[in-house]
Amino acid sequence: MKKIIQISLAAFGLLLITGNTVTAKEDIASLRGTTDLSGPSLKAVKQKVISQEGGFERSYKQQPPMVPHKVDKYKITLKNNGCMKCHSKKNYKKEKSPMVGESHFLSRDGKKLQKVSSRRYFCDQCHAIQIDAKPLVKNEFDGLK
Amino acid sequence: MTSGQKKGTFSVLIIGIILGIILWGSFNWAMAITNTEEFCISCHEMRDTPFEELQDTIHYTNRTGVRATCPDCHVPKEWIHKVVRKIQASRELYHHFITGDIDTPEKYEAKRLHLAQNVWRTMKNTDSRECRNCHDIESMDFERQETRSADRHEEAIDKGYTCIDCHKGIAHALPEGYDPGEDAPGGGNEG
Ligand code: HEC
Ligand code: HEC
Ligand code: HEC
Ligand code: HEC
Ligand code: HEC
Repeated sequence: MKKIIQISLAAFGLLLITGNTVTAKEDIASLRGTTDLSGPSLKAVKQKVISQEGGFERSYKQQPPMVPHKVDKYKITLKNNGCMKCHSKKNYKKEKSPMVGESHFLSRDGKKLQKVSSRRYFCDQCHAIQIDAKPLVKNEFDGLK
Repeated sequence: MTSGQKKGTFSVLIIGIILGIILWGSFNWAMAITNTEEFCISCHEMRDTPFEELQDTIHYTNRTGVRATCPDCHVPKEWIHKVVRKIQASRELYHHFITGDIDTPEKYEAKRLHLAQNVWRTMKNTDSRECRNCHDIESMDFERQETRSADRHEEAIDKGYTCIDCHKGIAHALPEGYDPGEDAPGGGNEG
């Protein structure tokens, strides 16, 4: 008898969950919203890059810090790296900027290099600018305090 | 003086004046016409690289729609400096028509460091005169700038740095062989 109750409870639970996801699916709108496929897409909302003095809080250890300033002027090419203007070992004090982390000089097998390692050359691969945008989906992530 | 002689001197004078006006006019006309962006980019060397690159920058499109053209940054405004620059430009024509030093993008790249260094040297020597035709550091409202900018600009006034000391690559891509991470003026803060 006990077993039968357990099984039917479980089945009921399962039904609830799947039933729920079915209704939830109907609520989800794509980024495109309810706009008709053949119509023009919604107008993009313009957002400004935030410049925040002192930088942004990091949410966890080893997180690449987010970029607290505009970057559209700086180019990263095979010839030169505009970010290093201020974040290089030689210039960072003069430019009152934080120096690139020591980790940026390590090669794949942990050897210390003179120049920024090629693994860390394309800064914007890990460091992103920030805009004051509302999250597209609800997020309850709480950073490490 | 007889009246014939008088007439003669008079007509010489008139002809002289007219010729003068024509010559002066065409000189200034030539100066004006060669001082436009259209003229600068009528050479493919200038259209293909520097102009292409300028279009990515704030001096080509920006919030306010005020823009800088090639001569704004590369040709002095004062008459005498302008004439000197134009005479120097004739050497550039020689390289264009006779030697073809930079007539392909590859050749341009190979020469770019040298060309850029020439511009940097000139700007350093003139205390970035052409930048200052539009930007007056005294008129900058540091409150409205990013802290990064304001800090450095105060230092620039105190220590006499010039715009190009810090703003290399403001209008075109930086040349190969120049490392921005090695070049910043000042001893900066202690420590
Ligand atoms: C003109 C100088 C300058 C240039 C060029 C520059 N930065 Fe910065 N950067 C700064 C300064 C100054 C700060 C510190 C800002 C503050 O804390 O208020 C900073 C902060 C940062 C930080 C945050 C570090 C932290 O610990 O929070 C990151 C990441 C960063 N920059 C990345 C970049 C990247 C990527 C580029 C190239 C696209 C770049 N920067 C180019 C001056 C510069
Ligand atoms: C592969 C990802 C990655 C790339 C690429 C990368 N970084 Fe980082 N960066 C990190 C991480 C992770 C940290 C934080 C931990 C550390 O310091 O190593 C960091 C830290 C920093 C810091 C803060 C250092 C401090 O002591 O607070 C600066 C400034 C920085 N990076 C600048 C740069 C610049 C400039 C470049 C491009 C030359 C770059 N980074 C490329 C991952 C990256
Ligand atoms: C014809 C006038 C003119 C000349 C000459 C000129 N500029 Fe500018 N500059 C402008 C204008 C206009 C803006 C930006 C307007 C805006 O933000 O709407 C600007 C913006 C800038 C910025 C800000 C970039 C940014 O991303 O916010 C810098 C830096 C700058 N100029 C440096 C220079 C330097 C260095 C020179 C000399 C090589 C120079 N300018 C010559 C008109 C000029
Ligand atoms: C000591 C270095 C230094 C000198 C000299 C200097 N600047 Fe700057 N300037 C900076 C830095 C650093 C920034 C901010 C980061 C960036 O634009 O890359 C900046 C930013 C600017 C901006 C944008 C300001 C903002 O926050 O919106 C303008 C415009 C500008 N500079 C023009 C000039 C002009 C014109 C001169 C010459 C009269 C000059 N600068 C001289 C370092 C300098
Ligand atoms: C805002 C000022 C500015 C404007 C506008 C500008 N230049 Fe330049 N130009 C410079 C500076 C500064 C350099 C020195 C190199 C550098 O810092 O990028 C330079 C360098 C050059 C060079 C040397 C090679 C190189 O790439 O460094 C050439 C050629 C040149 N400019 C042509 C042009 C032409 C053609 C135009 C118009 C389409 C133009 N420039 C518009 C400021 C300007």
